[in-house]
Amino acid sequence: MKGNSYYSRKLHSLLGVIPLSLFILSHALTNFSAAEGGPQGFKDAVAFINGLPIVSVLELVGIFLPLLFHGVYGLYLAYQSNNNLGQFSYGRNWAFTLQRVSGVITFIFVFWHVYQTRFQVFVGNISHDDLGSTMNEIATNPFFFALYVIGVVAAVFHFANGMWAFLVSWGITVGPRAQRISSYVWMVVFVIVTGLFMASLISFRGDEFQEASAALELIRGV
Amino acid sequence: MAVTEAPTKTIKLVITRQDKPDSKPYTETFEIPYRPNMNVISALMEIQRNPVQNDGQSTSPVCWDSNCLEEVCGACSMNINGKPRQACTALVDKLEQPIRLEPMKTFPVVRDLVVNRERMFGALKRVKAWIPIDGTYDLGPGPRMAETKRQWAYELSKCMTCGVCLEACPNVNEKTSFIGPAAISQVRLFNAHPTGEMNKDERLETLMEDGGIEGCGNSQNCVRACPKGIPLTTSIAAINKDTTKQLFKKWLGM
Repeated sequence: MKGNSYYSRKLHSLLGVIPLSLFILSHALTNFSAAEGGPQGFKDAVAFINGLPIVSVLELVGIFLPLLFHGVYGLYLAYQSNNNLGQFSYGRNWAFTLQRVSGVITFIFVFWHVYQTRFQVFVGNISHDDLGSTMNEIATNPFFFALYVIGVVAAVFHFANGMWAFLVSWGITVGPRAQRISSYVWMVVFVIVTGLFMASLISFRGDEFQEASAALELIRGV
Repeated sequence: MAVTEAPTKTIKLVITRQDKPDSKPYTETFEIPYRPNMNVISALMEIQRNPVQNDGQSTSPVCWDSNCLEEVCGACSMNINGKPRQACTALVDKLEQPIRLEPMKTFPVVRDLVVNRERMFGALKRVKAWIPIDGTYDLGPGPRMAETKRQWAYELSKCMTCGVCLEACPNVNEKTSFIGPAAISQVRLFNAHPTGEMNKDERLETLMEDGGIEGCGNSQNCVRACPKGIPLTTSIAAINKDTTKQLFKKWLGM
């Protein structure tokens, strides 16, 4: 955290938009293919991503490293703030505190979620084609499902409210009217993106994903 | 007026006291006779005249800081019923009782309700919140300021460095070096002035260092707390815009 904090804070803010906000949107759309096209639709969407050129580089430079910096520096920022909701229970102060709370929840959730999915592919326990059935196993476990709902809502809130704050911090929405309209826009985005994730999470509970899961168990058993 | 009747109505105050800058704070409760149209300052003056707690124990008079008594100097800022504001415009009739008085916790306590707001004046020096016009010869008249601009700039000039916005800010604390909303708004004021604008870059550069504008977390408490109604969050966002421009100008060598 040495050096000029202005630059690290600006980098933190920029990385939140490019690439992380773009990533969360693409993730929501990819997942929604499970709700729209079932197991095959989801498999195709996963295959499309993995068919991208230099996908490992994109993953490292476009997701992992920015996520790590944004997450770790974000924890430091959360630690630095004294939340004073008791004294000032205004809407924007709520958003300020929730941004920090949702950031910490998202940090933990993303670690766990990556361990359950991408890491398992990385170490060779499952293949990309098995991700649908892995998600079925997670989503049909009521405890995991509840944690996923909390994690997803926190992540999407952090994204939507973070976009609002980004527009202020870079001087794009200056006046109170611009900031108010921006908050309405991002509230709608929050609802839509949460809806996309929820739809996919619910469809992962479907039997068609479970069948694939049973087939996986069968293969493993052999 | 019923002069013969003994005054029955009283005001109860719970005051956080501290004897020395480094000693432990404690609270004392006072009950004083009510008079119409009292403010917190006149209540404190009443305690000063008769420094006796509500249990009959005498104590030292409570110290506070005040000056103008018309909400333009900012000296009597304190936490009144949990909210930072000026004691002079805190009317007893409009306050819930018991009235809780505490020093602002963002600033070092000198004694009782007296705090040291030096960090705010230091911040004004850091950002050079003035217009340099001194020279060895007559520089002549400066450029004119548009009336439309003067009108909004005047609102920013109402800042009395009272410290309420720093007290309300969740990011002004011992863990950060954030300069706070007041000085950022003053940069906007002096950068808006046609002569002050000539040193615009210097002020922006100061805010692009440690403890500068990046410390703002957009909780927007400052604008709600400001007793003078200064559009602090608009100032912060406007300076965000100017510092962003300055950042790219520097990188591109413009």
